Amino acid sequence: MSQRETPPVLLATHGLSLSFGGLKAVDGMSLSIAQGSISGLIGPNGAGKSTLFNLIAGYHQPDSGRVELEGEDITSLDPHVLFGKGLLRTFQIPREFGTLTVLENLMMVPSGQTGETFFGAWFRPGRVSAEERALREKAEDILEFLEITHVANLPASQLSGGQKKLVELGRTMMADPKIVFLDEVGAGVNRTLLYSISNAIQRLNRERGYTFCLVEHDMQFISELCDHVTCMAEGRMLAQGKATDILSNEEVIDAYLGRGKAAKGTGVQ
Amino acid sequence: MTDILNAFSHITSLLVIPGLAYASQLAFGALGVTLIFGVLRFSNFAHAEGMSLATMFCILITVWLQGASVSIAPLPTALIAMFLAIPLVALVFIGTDRALYKHFRAINAKPEVFMIVSAGIMLISNGVIRVVIGPEGQSFADGERFILTAREFREWTGLTEALVLKTSQLLSIVLALIAGGLLFWFLNRTQMGRSMRAYSDNRNLALLSGVDPNKIVWVTWILVAVLSVMGGVLFGLDKGYRPFVFQQMLLPMFAAAVVGGLGSPVGAVVGSMVVAFSELLLTFAWKKFLAYLLPTGLAPESLMQILATEYKFAISFLILVIVLLIKPTGLFGRATK
Repeated sequence: MSQRETPPVLLATHGLSLSFGGLKAVDGMSLSIAQGSISGLIGPNGAGKSTLFNLIAGYHQPDSGRVELEGEDITSLDPHVLFGKGLLRTFQIPREFGTLTVLENLMMVPSGQTGETFFGAWFRPGRVSAEERALREKAEDILEFLEITHVANLPASQLSGGQKKLVELGRTMMADPKIVFLDEVGAGVNRTLLYSISNAIQRLNRERGYTFCLVEHDMQFISELCDHVTCMAEGRMLAQGKATDILSNEEVIDAYLGRGKAAKGTGVQ
Repeated sequence: MTDILNAFSHITSLLVIPGLAYASQLAFGALGVTLIFGVLRFSNFAHAEGMSLATMFCILITVWLQGASVSIAPLPTALIAMFLAIPLVALVFIGTDRALYKHFRAINAKPEVFMIVSAGIMLISNGVIRVVIGPEGQSFADGERFILTAREFREWTGLTEALVLKTSQLLSIVLALIAGGLLFWFLNRTQMGRSMRAYSDNRNLALLSGVDPNKIVWVTWILVAVLSVMGGVLFGLDKGYRPFVFQQMLLPMFAAAVVGGLGSPVGAVVGSMVVAFSELLLTFAWKKFLAYLLPTGLAPESLMQILATEYKFAISFLILVIVLLIKPTGLFGRATK
């Protein structure tokens, strides 16, 4: 990508808000994510980061505001529709289909093939088995990319937390996504696995052009990976900019160290 | 030697074959129950009535086909009718879902609510059946009734005890094997099947992984329709169709599904075997069998039945209670989250 031109905006939110009862979990968040970037979302616990992710991914309906993907309004679309548009997310606590094998966890991702339609499965068995082979190869390639081929046929429930995160990442790769939201992908993962996760993220970004947005507490992880960082506190935008600037920003440090009163209401950049 | 062969022929004819046929018919029902529980997450009390309704459609079509002198003798005409009945039954099930269950899914109703709704559907179906075909029994079996008759077997082997094999019994076993095999292929080797299993495993994650919930619901009801038509028709061919006999099947069907673990298709098949053979073994009159095997003086006077046939349904109930006390997740089930 050229240095002079700013890359186009892939995803943008405009004044997104959601309250749970009296609590404003997300309060007028506007944020834009550039095509091909790895951006980070930080903030103290309860800042509304996960809720913002849930709003973007269609898991919650916003009280007000809009989400746009490539300029198209995608607010309140069902998660499976967003998935089809290439917007995917993973979870803080990895979720997996425990009764399916690791390979099946990847191969369950719909891809609009004949085997995916009910009638196709029965009446075009030849084509289905060819597609099935292609799908299996794709899944096996991904497992190889993530270096977890050795657990391909284990039930996913038997994996370690870190391996489950890799499987989640693998499941998103099956869909050839445009943008992936990673919710604390590094939490509770040992250093070695963390390294292979961040390595995978960087390679996916460079080689396959995936855009990533990470929620993360590990500042080192954030500063190594992210071009652009947004800091949230109490449901609002606190600051955004380059990773190094944000991590030395006084308001951000205040928010993290709990002297948060100063930050209240300062929804400025 | 002849005594042993006679004993063997006796239990094969009256215990093993009927047991396998009954287990097969039960398996169709139990698979339906377990699919609905696994994917849609509720105990469908209307399932037996659904099977009865499916059989009713099939009988009406059979009669119409017989009138038009369509026949695939020596096989029963009902086999063709089955294929015509499947789309109709699927429409009825999907229609019911859209009219009722869909609403309760949308408001995230508890499983108990679904259960009560299904009980309501059971009563409505019951009424519909009563109006359309009446409460009396119907015989719709045609074609060759026996593959192996008693007379043929006696002439052929010279044994006193005949091994009899009815067409409906063999059809039940063969079609259950084919349908079971196809179902397992579908669930394990196709994308749609995997999506269904994923949806059953973790509904929210499946939605976030791109699975279209409406499609899953539709496919589930279509599969249930296929299983209901086949199970109902085979049971009807074997034992004669009495509209309300299916209600009595509800308990054994649920017992079979629970023994195997609700939500597990393999469990449903194994559970059906357990329930069918428990019923038969406990109510079988062992007198003749023992008479052949024991020395003449020791032959029993009584019927040597462990339980009278009237208590047949108590057995399913007992199995259900024992499983729920000892291993509530069943043989192949997983702990519910």
